[in-house]
Amino acid sequence: MVKELEETVNVPVVHVCTVVPISLTVGANRIDPAVAIPHLLGNPQLNQDEEFALRRKIVEKALQALSTDVTEQTVF
Amino acid sequence: MAEIRVVHYLNQFFGQIGGEEKADITPFSKEGPVGPGTALEKELGENIKIVGTVICGDTYFNENIEQATSEVMDLIAAFKPDIVVAGPAFNAGRYGMACGGVCAAVQERLKIPAVTGMYEENPGADLYKKEVYIVKTGNSAAKMREALPALGKLAKKLARGEVVGSPAEEGYLARGIRKNVFHQQRGSARAVDMLLKKLKGEPFVTEYPMPVFDRVTPRPAIKDMKKARIALVTSGGIVPKGNPDRIESSSASKFGRYDLTGVNNLDKNTYETAHGGYDPVYANEDADRVLPVDVMRQLEKEGVIGELHSVYYATVGNGTSVANAKKYAHAIGEELKQANIDGIILTST
Repeated sequence: MVKELEETVNVPVVHVCTVVPISLTVGANRIDPAVAIPHLLGNPQLNQDEEFALRRKIVEKALQALSTDVTEQTVF
Repeated sequence: MAEIRVVHYLNQFFGQIGGEEKADITPFSKEGPVGPGTALEKELGENIKIVGTVICGDTYFNENIEQATSEVMDLIAAFKPDIVVAGPAFNAGRYGMACGGVCAAVQERLKIPAVTGMYEENPGADLYKKEVYIVKTGNSAAKMREALPALGKLAKKLARGEVVGSPAEEGYLARGIRKNVFHQQRGSARAVDMLLKKLKGEPFVTEYPMPVFDRVTPRPAIKDMKKARIALVTSGGIVPKGNPDRIESSSASKFGRYDLTGVNNLDKNTYETAHGGYDPVYANEDADRVLPVDVMRQLEKEGVIGELHSVYYATVGNGTSVANAKKYAHAIGEELKQANIDGIILTST
């Protein structure tokens, strides 16, 4: 999906995922590693504010990836 | 002849521990065969025994690859095996990654042969086929009966140290290894034969398939994030509560598009996940954990991004074929192109 979206829309796509080796194999160009498979952008063990802050950090990294030129597959 | 000792690696499901709710279990071992191991042992024939089974949760393995691998290696080594068989994993992505990873580590660290089985599109196949023998299987456990004889046959050969034939003869995925052989006909004659067949439109088998480089050129970065419109797409199955489009929990036949106008936060009363194959509890409790609408709204308000695109797209990436994933992404992409968006965040569970 990540490749087809980048090819079709012609804009940068960042892949937020947990199992980075899969994303690398699939061929994502910009990869943003996340927390865990069932809660990519969260952690149920944290309180609400801490969890939100954690999610914001991951999303900020995704935006940073979209704002960074890359020439090859890059894990941010 | 001395007995050949086999250790079998299974995930929590085939290891008969439980489903997704047990995918976090740490590795442990049991004496003798478990689950599909019993049928596998029959295929291995006389003198080859499954002395032990090592079981590990798929999520635990994939989220702690290094730690899990060394724990699994210790458990396997304790049985003093001559060979390790993993899976088959069919099209289960995390299980395939684990089976491939276990086999590669067994070969490297324990210096004994290993073999697994999976469907060609399993991400574990692409990653490990060069170093590990991976027998081709169907895409679901319904194909267990066909998979086990093929897996057993190759395991038997490897265990006995017999010569392993070509991928086509033995039914494993090509490893990219070239072997020198004497052929009755010299190369030029074979090449001309192939060319003539090609000209006549007849089928022929190449002796050197060209690799397919399926990569896309990275698109240039967004220059001004403060003005950018960002779209959210997920394969994690986040849908409005009740799953109005009835996106299937596995092998999804469609994707959905959902309006985000006025939505600042995904909560458990309004959103849920349709995705099977991972524990849905966390996403159902708060779908922002998979599709971060709450954070995107805050960033929009603060002016960090220009705008969150008013529609998000979702499908379920569980057992979805590559061809379908590509098809849905193309359709989603066409719509996003019309919407003039500047960048996409794709979240995958």
